[in-house]
Amino acid sequence: MSTLYFVDHDRGEITETVLEGLTAARAIDSAVAAVTVGAAGDGLADKLFEYGAAAVHQIHHDELTDYAPAAWSDAVSELATSVGATAVIGVGTDRGSEVMAHVAAAMDLPLVANCIDIDASNDIWEMTRVRWGGSLHERARLEASVKLVTIAPHSAEATPVGASGTVTEFVPTLGDGAAVTRIVDRVTTEEGITLATAPVVVSGGRGVGSAEAFAPLEELAELLGGAVGCSRVVTNSGWKNHKYQVGQTGTVIAPDVYIACGISGAIQHWVGMMASKNVIAINTDPLAPMVTKAEYAVIADLHEVVPAIAAEILRRRG
Amino acid sequence: MRILTCVKRVPAPGAKIVVTADGQSIDTNMLGFAVSPHEECAAEEAIQQIEQHGGSSTVMTLGPGEAEEQLRTVISVGINEAVLLTTDGSDWDPMATARALTAAIQEIEASDGPFDMIFFGNESADSGGYQVGIRVARALGRPMVTGIKGVDVADGKVTARRDTPTGSEVYELPLPAVLGIKEGINLPRYPTLKGRLGAKKVEIKVMDAAHQESGQSMVTLAAPPSQETPTEILGHGADAAPAVVDVLEEIGAL
Repeated sequence: MSTLYFVDHDRGEITETVLEGLTAARAIDSAVAAVTVGAAGDGLADKLFEYGAAAVHQIHHDELTDYAPAAWSDAVSELATSVGATAVIGVGTDRGSEVMAHVAAAMDLPLVANCIDIDASNDIWEMTRVRWGGSLHERARLEASVKLVTIAPHSAEATPVGASGTVTEFVPTLGDGAAVTRIVDRVTTEEGITLATAPVVVSGGRGVGSAEAFAPLEELAELLGGAVGCSRVVTNSGWKNHKYQVGQTGTVIAPDVYIACGISGAIQHWVGMMASKNVIAINTDPLAPMVTKAEYAVIADLHEVVPAIAAEILRRRG
Repeated sequence: MRILTCVKRVPAPGAKIVVTADGQSIDTNMLGFAVSPHEECAAEEAIQQIEQHGGSSTVMTLGPGEAEEQLRTVISVGINEAVLLTTDGSDWDPMATARALTAAIQEIEASDGPFDMIFFGNESADSGGYQVGIRVARALGRPMVTGIKGVDVADGKVTARRDTPTGSEVYELPLPAVLGIKEGINLPRYPTLKGRLGAKKVEIKVMDAAHQESGQSMVTLAAPPSQETPTEILGHGADAAPAVVDVLEEIGAL
């Protein structure tokens, strides 16, 4: 077995999710080689060894500067062919999913997306993958000369193992126009803590009632050093921008604490935050799915209890 | 400008999905169906782009005959033409789906001319393979970016915006191009009564789709193991605030 793991990085920065994927890839093949594209990813080698890579391939080419979906993917495909890889694994982030789909299309091979469990002990792999964002599991079978899969985010815990290995450089040929699509600009609108990585998320649903009524939730989030989230009803009602939406079609998160205020807990919302370590539900309905599934619940009108929680925190802090 | 939007018929989001006893499919008896959410936004975006630049929009789906319902839904809000690639209703894997869509698009473009843009949803709500659009784009030799929440067409180019955790990144693609649209790019409009009535009269072009095996196959479907968590009720009303703060302290969130 010769396994490559595609490292989704943005100008040399990686998220915890990418390390989770590496942990999962190492469980499949302890000799897994991590792949970084572009010189900006070179500095990641030590971290990748720490989290289990047995080797690191650094792909360099004049065209491989900032992220370019097709060019990055073509470079990975070329490397896979060059080293005779029998599997290429990615993680189901925006870029991880995108690059692996391009690799699969270029190699004309199947890609099994968002796996949570893979049995690679036979020539035909068997895996469990998620459907409906995780509310349905599919047992799938993959038969291919090169196995292509992505790991579902938050399905493994990133575990350092302190491996070491060699770094090799690979220079692909890349066809003309491979890098025709690349990032041409960036707009930064959020500073500091973001929804995707916040340790605490204070989230509001239909029960909040209006855009203005989010103010106490925002205050509580700020007190806790966290971010504000919301459910799909909230974005569909125009109370919050979609970038705050937690759920299957929004952002999938795994904070230490998720405080769900006036959110009933429909399945498409639940799959977006079910990886949270602790859930505190605030709802007037004691039978709401969010209440019955949460570790902790308060049966209350959020408009009364959220300001009271903020006041109590301030009181204790003196 | 000509825009094609590819959509998928899926059980309405939020519906309770029950697997059949043999684990081979989901029980559709009690289910309503809808256009997958990202694709509903993709169709809306196509309508808005045509309103802005002129031209015509087409919707295509691969699915059972019943998917006509979803095609008429998007026609009722402003898409002009519809194409149905009929299957027996079984679950096609992403490679087979992409091959059939590609063949149909090539056939339509050979007679009617090329589409300037083809929209897909970022991923289907049900099977979530994250790849059909990219496979079609590559087969057609066109650039593609996924996760798109902003589309701006000018001078033979499309500027597409994708959210990142801290803001957004901007891509520029020469036309013709393919985009994977994400929910949040717009708020899809509701059909008017006039739109609904008009949609009934539009003729849907029906084409056959040929299924080709790939190396990926579904073995069984199952509900995930339930996470049985005993819920600790911290109290009722605003009086519960100290108990909540105790918990936040205990789990180290303060």
